Amino acid sequence: MNAVLDPAGYAAGTVLDLAGPLVDGTILRDDIVPARAPWSAVVRRGDVLTIVDVGGNQSGDCLLYNAHDTDERYSVPDTIAWSGNVYVRTGTVLRSNEGNPLATVVANEIDRQDTIGGACGKESNTLRYGHHTAAEHGCRENFLAEAAKYGMGARDIVSNLNWFMNVPIEADGTLGIVDGISGPGKRVAFRAEMDILVLVSNCPQMNNPCNDFNPTPLRMIVTAGPARAADTV
Amino acid sequence: MATVASEHETDTVLAARKDARAQGGKVAAAMPYLPASSTPYPPPGVDPAALTWAETVAGGNYTHKVVARGTRLRLEDVTGEACAHVVVYNALEPWERLNVADTVKIPWQAYLTTNHPLLSGDGRVLATIVDDDSRQHDALCGTSTAAANQAKYGDSAPQGPSPSGRELLTLAAAKHGLAPRDLPPSVSFFKGVTVNEDGSLKFTGTAGPGKAVELLAELPLIILIANVPHPVDPSPAYQCGPLRVHAWRTAPTAPGDPRWDATPEARRAYLNTADYLAARGL
Repeated sequence: MNAVLDPAGYAAGTVLDLAGPLVDGTILRDDIVPARAPWSAVVRRGDVLTIVDVGGNQSGDCLLYNAHDTDERYSVPDTIAWSGNVYVRTGTVLRSNEGNPLATVVANEIDRQDTIGGACGKESNTLRYGHHTAAEHGCRENFLAEAAKYGMGARDIVSNLNWFMNVPIEADGTLGIVDGISGPGKRVAFRAEMDILVLVSNCPQMNNPCNDFNPTPLRMIVTAGPARAADTV
Repeated sequence: MATVASEHETDTVLAARKDARAQGGKVAAAMPYLPASSTPYPPPGVDPAALTWAETVAGGNYTHKVVARGTRLRLEDVTGEACAHVVVYNALEPWERLNVADTVKIPWQAYLTTNHPLLSGDGRVLATIVDDDSRQHDALCGTSTAAANQAKYGDSAPQGPSPSGRELLTLAAAKHGLAPRDLPPSVSFFKGVTVNEDGSLKFTGTAGPGKAVELLAELPLIILIANVPHPVDPSPAYQCGPLRVHAWRTAPTAPGDPRWDATPEARRAYLNTADYLAARGL
């Protein structure tokens, strides 16, 4: 068995469920992202990316860019202001910093997805948990490493989506990352509304419940959209 | 300050020079006051001689400045109709900049008011909110865009009747050598938004005229401010009142200040900031 998919490599009782794509269509790409690793791909307009929470409650930190002009990129506030809601659910349009639709969530198997919790990182971990955590790899480092492959750097990293992470906001504004509401094999899928570059950090965090203190793999499946001509698949 | 050609005699260079020079000294409703100590609106309790920035920013306009660490920035909503969209950068390394997610996540609090730090993505405090009698602010919805303003008001251009925040911040950023990719999500002051249990937004609007919020620069900062309507303001009209900006030199947050030790996260953020400055010899 692929070591990445051997439950014995994770916390006792870990169940790994690879599930499958949430939409019909020709599979163009099907990757397993190991625990703690980054991933990226260009998803063409009309194609659908399904993300599978293979081990359950594994945060998939995610940034989107216009693949042809990365100055245009995912924007938390534009997504929230246009949708009128801080949580991401089926139908939520993921907007750019220009207010344009980058992608639309077309299917979602958990109650709500997060886009206010941001990414972890070596530096921010020192604030949140103490300087003893400074050696730990974080999502900011994954984003920077993956962005560098496309000629991007710190100026290009902005606040992000967190698939399968749970961040409630209380009535008085108190907010924080709490125990997840996902599970093994739960999925979310979004359709690209333009050609988009997708960066994902399979979150390495071990100091809060965003990964259930047990980082596990993610599965990324790109499915050809129905409008896409067969000869371009 | 609109004028017409018949009011000017500009047919020769000398006449044009005389005409141009005759315009100096006029007063506009929105303008910078130089030197800052000459402001008609000195903040209460502040020695005008200590001021380093004094300006009134019209609705639909913007301003920007590089300020020293320890600068205290006062933003006043004169009529209750201003909305100050703010981005701050470490002036020494501007790729270190406001990170709205860390700013709400690390203090465990989405709503901004006194003692809330504006955090960068590098684990440091760029500025601290040190006074606030408005409490109507927002760190979730950012500012307006060309697409949003064209849909809502029919126009978004900086030279038009309803400029978008992002287009104004793009200009402000460019004046410091910063490009569109250097514009992260902003926070805004004087128009409140809260979140209902189902995640939906509730626009709570203004706290009324004369309210002010004060920020303390904990690092040398580039400050960009656009004064435009809040992106989820339900009013169909582009309504935005004047924003008064004053700044003066004070001391940054230091060990022993109550806000230094207000929370363990704040203490480590100020420690990181002090560590960075010490290593740089500042």
